[in-house]
Amino acid sequence: MSESAHIRVTVNGSPIECDVEPRMLLGDFLRTTLALTGTHFGCEHGVCGACTVIVNGDSTRSCLMFAVQADGGTVETVESLGTIDALHPLQEAFRTHHALQCGYCTPGMLMTALDLIRKRPLANDAEIRDGLSGNLCRCTGYQNIVIAVREAAKVIRASNL
Amino acid sequence: MLETTRPKLVGASVKRVEDPRLLTGQGAYTDDFRPNGMLHVGLVRSVHPFARIVHINTAEAKRMPGVIGIFTAADIDGAAKPILATSKMKEYRAVPLPILAKDTVHHVGEAVVAVVATSRYLAEDALRKVEIDYEPLAACTDPEEATRPSAPLVHPSLGSNIALAREFVRGDVPAAMAAAQVRVKGRFRFFRKAALALESRSYLAEFNGGRRELTLHTSTQVPGIVRESLAELLDLPGNSVRVIAPDVGGGFGAKTSVYPEEILVCVLARRLGKPVKYTSDRLEDLSSTSQAFDEVIDAELGVAADGTLLALSADVTGDVGAYSVYPWTAAIEPVQVVSFLPGPYRLANYLGKVRGVITPKVPLGPYRGVGRPVSTFVMERLIDMAAVKLGIDPVAMRLKNLVREDEFPYKVASGIVWDRSAFIECLDAACQKADYAALRTMQHAARAAGRWIGIGIASYAELTGIGSKIPAAPGMPVNTGTETATIRIDATGAVTAIFGVASHGQGLETTLAQIVADDLGVRMEDIRIIQGDTAGRAYVTGTYASRSTVLAGGAAKLAAGAVREKVMLAASHLMEAAVEDLDASNGIIFVRGTDRRMTFKELARKVYVEFSRLPKELQQELEATRLYDPVVGTTSSASHIAMVEVDPISYQVHVLRYVVAEDCGRVVNPMIVEGQVHGGVAQGIGAALLEEVVYSEDGQLMTGSLMDYVLPSATGIPMMDVLHVEAESPSTLGGFRGMGEGGTIGAPAAIANAVSDALSPLGIEINELPATPERIFRLVEQASKQKR
Repeated sequence: MSESAHIRVTVNGSPIECDVEPRMLLGDFLRTTLALTGTHFGCEHGVCGACTVIVNGDSTRSCLMFAVQADGGTVETVESLGTIDALHPLQEAFRTHHALQCGYCTPGMLMTALDLIRKRPLANDAEIRDGLSGNLCRCTGYQNIVIAVREAAKVIRASNL
Repeated sequence: MLETTRPKLVGASVKRVEDPRLLTGQGAYTDDFRPNGMLHVGLVRSVHPFARIVHINTAEAKRMPGVIGIFTAADIDGAAKPILATSKMKEYRAVPLPILAKDTVHHVGEAVVAVVATSRYLAEDALRKVEIDYEPLAACTDPEEATRPSAPLVHPSLGSNIALAREFVRGDVPAAMAAAQVRVKGRFRFFRKAALALESRSYLAEFNGGRRELTLHTSTQVPGIVRESLAELLDLPGNSVRVIAPDVGGGFGAKTSVYPEEILVCVLARRLGKPVKYTSDRLEDLSSTSQAFDEVIDAELGVAADGTLLALSADVTGDVGAYSVYPWTAAIEPVQVVSFLPGPYRLANYLGKVRGVITPKVPLGPYRGVGRPVSTFVMERLIDMAAVKLGIDPVAMRLKNLVREDEFPYKVASGIVWDRSAFIECLDAACQKADYAALRTMQHAARAAGRWIGIGIASYAELTGIGSKIPAAPGMPVNTGTETATIRIDATGAVTAIFGVASHGQGLETTLAQIVADDLGVRMEDIRIIQGDTAGRAYVTGTYASRSTVLAGGAAKLAAGAVREKVMLAASHLMEAAVEDLDASNGIIFVRGTDRRMTFKELARKVYVEFSRLPKELQQELEATRLYDPVVGTTSSASHIAMVEVDPISYQVHVLRYVVAEDCGRVVNPMIVEGQVHGGVAQGIGAALLEEVVYSEDGQLMTGSLMDYVLPSATGIPMMDVLHVEAESPSTLGGFRGMGEGGTIGAPAAIANAVSDALSPLGIEINELPATPERIFRLVEQASKQKR
């Protein structure tokens, strides 16, 4: 066992200060230490994108990053979006367009989509598909996810969220 | 308006009840549960395909930090019976599936040693210190070679590597073949595939010693089947075992079998008196979760000059892997290829033979579509080959042979009976939606410009919502044909509807609520659907084989009807009106044509709280339990049309257009049905073009990560058009038909036909799937060599 390291990180707006093992994955830190189980592991080797969170403003696979690497930074997870009673427009679009089935890839898909909407023009579906191509979904065939992201982008941009 | 009316919910694209929790990260999958004191299991898995275990040294591993215990087969000997999948099939052999390998390992990935530690990290540290000496044994990994008398036996006690064999005969195939003007044949092959749910398997067992009570949270599709198994294998009464399938991250058939790790965590939790969890990583998933397909099919079709199908013969060899999965057995996939091969067509003469051969690989199990993705691929290829030879358009060829309206119910050569379903209407609808004639015009223009563009069609039928009369898997001795619903209105007027199904993405909490709401006359939000939990249930199984809407929907209708009857009797007394004048909708009971009304809440209070004021015959709970059995089940059918282009440089196949017209009977929620079709087609496209589990000749697994086992991503799946041809099933309550698997059944065949059509100028036939760029490249190379 290795010694622990002291980290300070802002997760979903809350400052967190704690000791972690240097080898602990960011995803495990979120799921186990902070009990933020919305972030899921699908492959633990950086291919499926299910564990995607936003670190310092960029979508990041939390299975390919150690918690200590987030020291001094900010992390946004699916829990930072809307609530059950007031879904975020992106979540609302996913619901309206049936862009999720089992829901396992969904948190990672939402965080990737949020990052895309913030940064990319998403002028057409091909751009959306390209942006989502690092997130695997086994249930939906992607069609409704593409539609949901397209529609959410319009709403979010119109309301400057 | 006095009367409270609202549009029917069945048939409406109601937003899903499940979504808010899943979208906000508040879903609860098995790995999300962390009870106090929980321990983690890490498994040392075999690196050999077939080897004798000579010695296991755990001394160093035991000294590792956080290690609570290390267990081999010997250490848990007698704690649980092994899993044994029996069958009523005559020619069938199965060996017990051990919890941990004892003496011999039979595939790469088989669990040998369990390490229990205080965290998953520490368990994984320690399992690397376990030393196992193996003596590798010779084995055949090729199923055809494995049937030869000289082949070494994977399980010597069976006396053969042939796990099962069966034959279907109808009519006189040799005579009909001889009379056929045109005969087409081929050797078809569909390589091995993984179901690959994004949530890998995860199990959490808790044993309360004081109460002698076992609770298992499991990422299963079949909590009921798991409970029966646990009770049997651990020798516990059913009332002491509760199995919960919480939110489950996809299954696609691979989570319908009882797994050794499911039993193992229960054994360890009982032994250690602490909650014990196992969560597999992706490598473990790819080397231990049941796999699909892996069949070679020699098939021949005889056709008359006018295109009438005369005779079909097929010889199927399936590589079923090392063990027979419970309860489905190793027969489920290969036998269903032969059962369903004649498809939705009129065909008098059929000879189908099948063998399932044991090899040292991961066991084969049910996968979305079971047998039918392969049978449809073969049959639809043969039909296209015959159409080309006869110069008949593939659509006309199918229209000529599809079972017609006046011929239902139609008994297929293998014994399956199709009830009335919209076979021809689906093909017509798909052609119309795709504008088939225009697609052909486009293709001609593109071909003239040198592009490899093709159009593929696939029509199929499947049996869904299977009842108690026939097993969901051939010869399986477990009843999968009944479903029980309990519907209860409690003292607050809220409705609870309890089922044995186990949703893992299908949205059953929504669709079953739609059915209950309509039949009871309450609002969606008044209903809580409980499923995926065996607590208090006499006999339940789960969700698989496109059964849940048909069986749970039917049970819901029966139980809701019975509860409504009780509600109306009570209301009749309380509202002083005849039952015939009463109606209910939106949570309100009303006397038709008057303003007299009462909410379910008010009525429930009067029934339960003001109980003594009711006449004796009305002093009863507003609850009913009803069992539904659709006996033989019903037929679902569809036609798929795909247009593809093969890239002449990368040999990648791009799907340009995709249309599905399907008949799943009365549609409960069109949005959800379309989603199921989209996802099914995407998996079918993956199966047709990308996904392949590869074993080396000596049995090593070559595809142990998602870099090697390639799933379709957002850039590889097109937008699809999905049409519902709603022919209500004559055989089921509510007219529902099952539809969870269809997309995956039709897509590989449609893609294979489209790619064959695209490459037909080169004389290339796609008879092996997946048609990866490498395979297409080789076919093109071969074709151009032959030309030269």
